[in-house]
Amino acid sequence: MNIVVCVKQVPDAKDVRLDPKTNTLAREGVESIMNPYDQHALEEAVRLKEEMGGEVTVITMGPPQAEEVLRLAISCGADKGVLVSDRAFAGSDTWATAYTLAKALNTLGKYDLILCGKQAIDGDTAQVGPGLAMRMDIPYLTCVQKVRSVDGNSLVVERMMDDGYDVVEVGFPALLTVVKDINEPRVPSLKGKMKAKKAEIKKLSAEDIQADPSSIGLPGSPTQVVKVFPPMPRGERAVFSGTIDEQVEQLVEKLKPYL
Amino acid sequence: MLKINNELCIGCGICEDQCAFAAIEVIDGLAVVGDSCTLCGACIDACEPGALILEIDDGNLKTDLDSWSGVWVFCEFRQGALATVSLELLGIGKKLADQRRVPLTAVLLGSNTGKIADQLVGYGADTVYRVDHPELEMFTEDRYEKILTRLIKKHRPEIVLAGATAIGRSFIPGIATSLDAGLTADCTSLEIRENDGALLQTRPAFGGNIMATIECPRSRPQMATVRPKVMKENDFDADRKGEVIDILPDEKDLRSRIKVLETVIAKQGNVNIQESDILISGGRGLESEKGFELIRKLAETLNADVAASRAVVDAGWIPYPHQVGQTGKTVAPKLYVACGISGAVQHVAGMQSAEAIVAINRDENAPIFDVADFGIVGDLNEIIPKLINKIEEYRRS
Repeated sequence: MNIVVCVKQVPDAKDVRLDPKTNTLAREGVESIMNPYDQHALEEAVRLKEEMGGEVTVITMGPPQAEEVLRLAISCGADKGVLVSDRAFAGSDTWATAYTLAKALNTLGKYDLILCGKQAIDGDTAQVGPGLAMRMDIPYLTCVQKVRSVDGNSLVVERMMDDGYDVVEVGFPALLTVVKDINEPRVPSLKGKMKAKKAEIKKLSAEDIQADPSSIGLPGSPTQVVKVFPPMPRGERAVFSGTIDEQVEQLVEKLKPYL
Repeated sequence: MLKINNELCIGCGICEDQCAFAAIEVIDGLAVVGDSCTLCGACIDACEPGALILEIDDGNLKTDLDSWSGVWVFCEFRQGALATVSLELLGIGKKLADQRRVPLTAVLLGSNTGKIADQLVGYGADTVYRVDHPELEMFTEDRYEKILTRLIKKHRPEIVLAGATAIGRSFIPGIATSLDAGLTADCTSLEIRENDGALLQTRPAFGGNIMATIECPRSRPQMATVRPKVMKENDFDADRKGEVIDILPDEKDLRSRIKVLETVIAKQGNVNIQESDILISGGRGLESEKGFELIRKLAETLNADVAASRAVVDAGWIPYPHQVGQTGKTVAPKLYVACGISGAVQHVAGMQSAEAIVAINRDENAPIFDVADFGIVGDLNEIIPKLINKIEEYRRS
C-alpha cells in the first residue's frame, strides 16, 4: 500500500503573538514546526504501512528550509521526502497550492491513499486537502477521527461531524484529512534520525512538474489579500474587588444580559 | 514579486515589524525580501517613503465577471433539522444582495425537508432551489459537490456562501476547485466594496492574531464559508413571498464513491459547540474528571454547553469534539466562561472572538486574564457554586 502524506512547515503558535505596544507580530525566536495536524496524518500513514506493507512518501510545498519537516517525517517513519519548491510558488492561495501539489503528485507514480492534516494552523483554511482530491479526481473525506478497518481495496473510517460522527467506507485511491483524535504521534527514533540525516530529498521545481505559470503563485491564485490588520482590541476589562462573594455578585451583575 | 526601491528605502525597519512571515530584514540600512514572502502586502501600506512595490501578473484566470449575478446561500439540513448557521447566512446574504440589487437564493439539499423551504423564504430568500432526494439523507462530499456545482454553473451567481461547519468546510472547497473559483474559509465579516461591487471577505489568520481581508478579483463566483454565530439572522416574516423550485438531481450526480454506513449522534451533551450561545469551558484547573461535574452544573444553570481546553481532552476527561483551540474547534459564542484554563495562545486562538469572556483562575498571572472581559482570581471549587447560587437567586427575584 503506497501512501502519500502532505505536510506543511508552519510557525510555532506559541511563539506567534502580537506585541501589545506596536500591535505587530512579535516573532523573535519564532520556530518552525511541522503542522500539528500533519503529524497525525503522518503517524496514521506509518501505522497503515506497518500493518499493510508498502511505502510512505511525504511531500511538502514551501521554501527551501521546508526540507526540515521532510527529514523530521522520515525520522518518524516515512520512507521518502519530496520538496516542491520554487520562487514562482510564492503567494499561492489554496487553489494554487492544490494545483501545484497535484501536478507534483502526478510525477510520482501510483498511490492508494493521500493523507493530510485537517488544516494548517497558520492559515486554518482546511481547503487544500479537498482541493487536491478534486484535482486528482479521487473521493475524499475530511476530519477523520479513526480508521476502523483497512484491506487492500478500501477503508472504513469514522469521520467527525458537528453532532457526532459518521462511519464511512471509501475505496482506493482516496484522500483523507485527519484530526488529532486519530492517534498519538510517535517521537523520532535514533535509528530514524540517522536515516533522516542520510535520506535524499527529491526536489521539484515549477518546471519539473510542468506547472502552468499562470496557475501557480500569486498569478494563479483566485483569492488575493487586500489588507492585513490587527484584530479589534477587546473592550475595557472590568476588575472586580472585594471578597469572593462580592466579586461573584459583581460578575452576576455583568452576566445579566445573558441570563 | 515584492520589489524594493533602494533609492527610496530609508532602512527604518517598519516593514520588518509589519511582516507576519518574517520575510523582510533590514541589512546594511536597506530592506531585503526573503523566500518566505507570501506577497500579502502588509508591508506596502506601512512603508511611508513608498519604497515597496508589489508587482502582480494578472494570470489567465479572468472570467466574464459581469455575466455572474445574484447571491446564493447553501442551507444545511441534517438529521431532520436545518443548521442554524443557514439562517445567519440568509441574514448576511440578504444584506449583500440588497446592496448589489440582486435576488437572494437559498439552495437546500437533503431528504424529507418538509416545510423548511418556506421557512427559508420567511427568513429572506427570494428563491429556494430545493433538491430533496432520499440519496441526500446522509452527507457525502461527492454527491453534494456535484449537485451544487451543476446548479452554480447553470445559474451563475456572483456570490456563494456556506456555513463554516463540518459539512460546509468539507464539500465547498471541492466546488471551488471544480469551478476555478476563489474561496475564503471561515469568514467573520463580509462586505461589498462600493466602487466595483466586489465581495470583501475578512477572516482571522494565525489563530486570530491577524485579520486578513481577501477578494476574488478575477474569478466568479466569489465563495466564502462563514463562521457560525457571527452573522445576525433576519426576523422571520410569515407573509414574505418567494418562489420554491424543486430540482430533480441528475442521476450521474447521485453516484457516489463514498458509502455512509452509519451516523452516530454524540450521546453525552451537545458537541456542536460552534453553534452554542454560551459555553462553559474547563481546563487543567479542574484537577480531575470529576471537576467537569461542576462545569456541567454551571452550564445547566446558564443554559449553556460544555467546552474544554486541550490539556483535559488529552487527559481523557472529556471527548475531543468539546476541545476549543488551535487543534480543536474555533468558537464565537455570546459568552465564554473559562474555568481553570490558563489561556495558552493555542486556546485563545479558538475563543477570542467570543462576545464576552469570563475567566475564573487561581493564578492571577494566567494569560487568560489578558483576554477576559471579566475575571475572578480564586478557587473555582469555591467560586462556581457561589456563582450558581447567585444566578439562581437572581432568576427567582
